[in-house]
Amino acid sequence: MRALLQRFSFMLMVLAAIGLMMMTRADPVFIDAARARVTDAFAPILGFIARPAGAVASVLESGRQLVSVYAENQRLREDNERLRQWQQTALRLEAENNSLRGLLAYKPDPAASYITARVIADPGGAFVRTLVVMAGQRDGVRRGQAAMAGQGVIGRVVQVGEWSSRILLVTDLNARIPVVLETTRQRAMLSGDNSDQPRLMYIPRGVEPTVGERVFTSGHGGLFPAGLPVGVVAATHDGETRVTPIVDLSRIEYVQLVDFGIPGGLAAEAAQPGAMQ
Amino acid sequence: MAVGIWQRLDQAGRNSVPFSTTVAAMLVGMMPLQLPDYSFVAPPLTLMAIYYWAIYRPDLLKPYMAFGIGVLQDLLGGSPLGMSALVYVLSYWLVLTQRRYFLGNSFWFLWLGFALVAVGAGAVQWVAYSLMTVHLVAPGNVVAQALLAIVLFPVPAWCFSKLHRSLLS
Repeated sequence: MRALLQRFSFMLMVLAAIGLMMMTRADPVFIDAARARVTDAFAPILGFIARPAGAVASVLESGRQLVSVYAENQRLREDNERLRQWQQTALRLEAENNSLRGLLAYKPDPAASYITARVIADPGGAFVRTLVVMAGQRDGVRRGQAAMAGQGVIGRVVQVGEWSSRILLVTDLNARIPVVLETTRQRAMLSGDNSDQPRLMYIPRGVEPTVGERVFTSGHGGLFPAGLPVGVVAATHDGETRVTPIVDLSRIEYVQLVDFGIPGGLAAEAAQPGAMQ
Repeated sequence: MAVGIWQRLDQAGRNSVPFSTTVAAMLVGMMPLQLPDYSFVAPPLTLMAIYYWAIYRPDLLKPYMAFGIGVLQDLLGGSPLGMSALVYVLSYWLVLTQRRYFLGNSFWFLWLGFALVAVGAGAVQWVAYSLMTVHLVAPGNVVAQALLAIVLFPVPAWCFSKLHRSLLS
């Protein structure tokens, strides 16, 4: 009798779990709200245990740096030399650009403002690529904002709580970002598939992206500002092009959320069935 | 009478150890460690905790608690709601039916049992996620995660058994 009851209760829980999975697809808005609440509630704890984790990470990092300090120094010196030359070029181009814009009466995009937030959790798992950061609605975070770390785009905000929010990384299965290739100015869609290198989709036949070419946000769909660097074309074969994100996605401590100031970008979000949208 | 109350509080605290260590394992598993590629294959500490306590103290970590922790993990972690809950309940069930084989035998049996559970859990997750996203997900990460979990299992298991011996016996 007891065993029967136990089996029945297990069956019930398995069915409940499957029911929950169905519900995610039926009513994602409600589930999203629930996620935001729960994340908010746990954010202080996660933020607390993320601090020693940061310390551990920095110890590991400094160990790694010690090993290669000499070579690294050499490399940086050369880098610095090269970058100085680039700086001169950039300054010259900026001046030229400004004067040309003046001639054309060009209307620039609205200036973006940034919200900086600390990463408090990297829930990971084999299926989802998300980060939880310690900034939410009260800090001005809105769903759909672009998230950057260092110089590159890492993803976008998919869930906003009161003081915490979740970022869907560009490598996630559900991530889609409209991009443009640097040299050909060809538009494409950067589409994550849970691997380290997202894929470029919808490139017309005949356009061959070159390896090493940079990929920027195109600004189409109004979700992201145009011209933010996302990655570098890594390899292309059999018509499949992979892009390496500019930012090392496994080592993000702080993110910058870009407040672009243009509402209504959400219409551009690709409707993908699945976990986070 | 006062002693009675304190004793009862003390006992309640001790009895909540399996549940609280499992929740703590879940939160620790979400730490941003900033190791390259770590978070994709991070060992499922929660699964280890549930496995350990389901074998040794199923009276203190009830199946519905495993279910609740699974739901909590899905809400916090951004995975499809119900997926971890399903995996934990099924793992718990498997452990409970095979408990007498693992209990009391050597540590090797405990380890072997976890290997089976970890592989099964990975498979269930993979099938559930592929069905939900209507997309055949590359199984590489799941396999790597299960292998890493099996290799690392003795470390958390040792911590759990320390806690178990010092607080619950």
